[in-house]
Amino acid sequence: MTRLRAGLALLSLLALAALAAPWVAGWLGQDPFAPDLFARYAPPSPEHPLGADELGRDLLARLFHGARVSLAVGLAAALASALLGTAVGLLAAWRGGWVDAALMRLADGLLALPALPILVLLAAIDPARLGLPRGAAATDMLRITLILVLFGWVGVARLARAGALAILASDYVRAARALGVTEARLLWRHVLPGLAAPVAVAAALAVAGAILAESVLSFLGLGIQPPTPSWGNMLANAQEAVFAAPLAALWPGLAILLAIAGCSLVADGIARDKH
Amino acid sequence: MAGALRLAALRLPQIALTLLLLSLAAWFAIGLMPGDPVSLSLMADPRLTAADVARLRALHGLDQPLTERYLAWGARLLRGEFGYSRLFAQPAVAVLWPALLSTLVLVGAAVLLAALAGTGLGALAALSPRWRRPVDLLALLAQAVPGFWLGILLIILFAVQLGWLPAGGLPADGESPLRYLILPVATLAFGQMAAYVRHAATALSAELRRPFITSARARGAGEGRLLWHHALPNAAVPLLTLLALDAGALVSGALVTETLFARPGMGKLLYDAVMGNDYNLALLALLLVALVTMLATLAADLAQRWIDPRLGE
Repeated sequence: MTRLRAGLALLSLLALAALAAPWVAGWLGQDPFAPDLFARYAPPSPEHPLGADELGRDLLARLFHGARVSLAVGLAAALASALLGTAVGLLAAWRGGWVDAALMRLADGLLALPALPILVLLAAIDPARLGLPRGAAATDMLRITLILVLFGWVGVARLARAGALAILASDYVRAARALGVTEARLLWRHVLPGLAAPVAVAAALAVAGAILAESVLSFLGLGIQPPTPSWGNMLANAQEAVFAAPLAALWPGLAILLAIAGCSLVADGIARDKH
Repeated sequence: MAGALRLAALRLPQIALTLLLLSLAAWFAIGLMPGDPVSLSLMADPRLTAADVARLRALHGLDQPLTERYLAWGARLLRGEFGYSRLFAQPAVAVLWPALLSTLVLVGAAVLLAALAGTGLGALAALSPRWRRPVDLLALLAQAVPGFWLGILLIILFAVQLGWLPAGGLPADGESPLRYLILPVATLAFGQMAAYVRHAATALSAELRRPFITSARARGAGEGRLLWHHALPNAAVPLLTLLALDAGALVSGALVTETLFARPGMGKLLYDAVMGNDYNLALLALLLVALVTMLATLAADLAQRWIDPRLGE
């Protein structure tokens, strides 16, 4: 219980930071996007509490703004992965036979592959060739979310399938079938609620995975493109300035660390409460 | 032994099929990437005319549809012709081979360190309740620390501030390569360690509660002997499973670590090839990385059965 609470508290704090980003920027009197070349690599001061980056933009304001991008991508990717994964897992467990075999071999195949090299390849796809505007922040976020869902659904699907198989073999499902409950209602009312805990665990882990993957891709320059701040591309900028402003590398990484730790704690907490 | 052969006979066709599908998917993904080799040379040399561009496109076969180019490429690959890397202006094999070796050294050292340190810490937590909480906390930290951030912090501390170790790159002639391995290996191993700590702690404390341990203890075996000779062999199976699951994660982690520390391994090669529009090299690197990952998983599965023959039944 304490783990779950600690995790939820951490994540709410980060979500609050994301929501409050414009007010924080206003209160600091700093625009997270406006360059100020006189303040390049400014050390921490009352004006710039965490200092400024290579274009003189305030790091604290960018950190708060980056929370929006990183959390939005993480949550969206995890939510989509959870929905898709639950649907696939449920379908595989319910239909069985070749549908089950095909879906699970696909999942095995995806799991066996090294994800990041493939993500790098996919992230380099030109959105313009798919008819999407190039370089817009919203396109970047959508693109990264879709790429992450491609691998994210697998973990959820395996857990959902295992849970659904156990439930479908249980007596109350047989009783419900004997009473003439339709299959759709059976899945919706009797099987799906039983999957809440495993799917919640998998979804919490998927949020952590998505936040990490987004930051890695942005760090490599393939994710969210500047000037839109994300924790990953802030770290990439900080890495180039390890001599000029070593402290700049500290904060975005700490934010990622807290987000991932929060998700792990939530996942751990739910899994332990079940036992 | 027959079980191992059967497993290999079952898996190898699966691996081949996965590689085939992956190459197909990657080929079309690359078709959606910005620019082609000719547009790059166009940028490099503004004197090229439209006729030159068309001639170059035809020369490289870029005027053919994607599907036909894929079939031609696949046929060449099956004949053992791996083609050239445009980026490095060398045969692709000559570029891939040293990169693969470099990655295997990095990943191998990191796995070894992670497994040893993780199992040791896990054993500590299983043996003494006093250490359980600190070890738990360390495992949570190791799991949550983004590898590339840890790498940057290590560079700042040991390379920039203290100046003890190089920030990255390769040793010059006559320099010891060991100093260049320390930071990347530490970065990669720290994150990987978390899972070993947890599994070792869980498995060892479960084993240590079993009756045969009590009986061995009653016969006067020391705690150390109990742990290493009696409990650990039984707990090794879940740890090996972990190793199998980790193969993919490690190669992925190597990509970031190599890019960060400017080590010319497979991950960095793939990244550079994708960034530099060197599609042949990117595809080969991706397939090679996937092949090595899947073979590592297979090897770990075989090792698991060798340790616990009941699994094969």
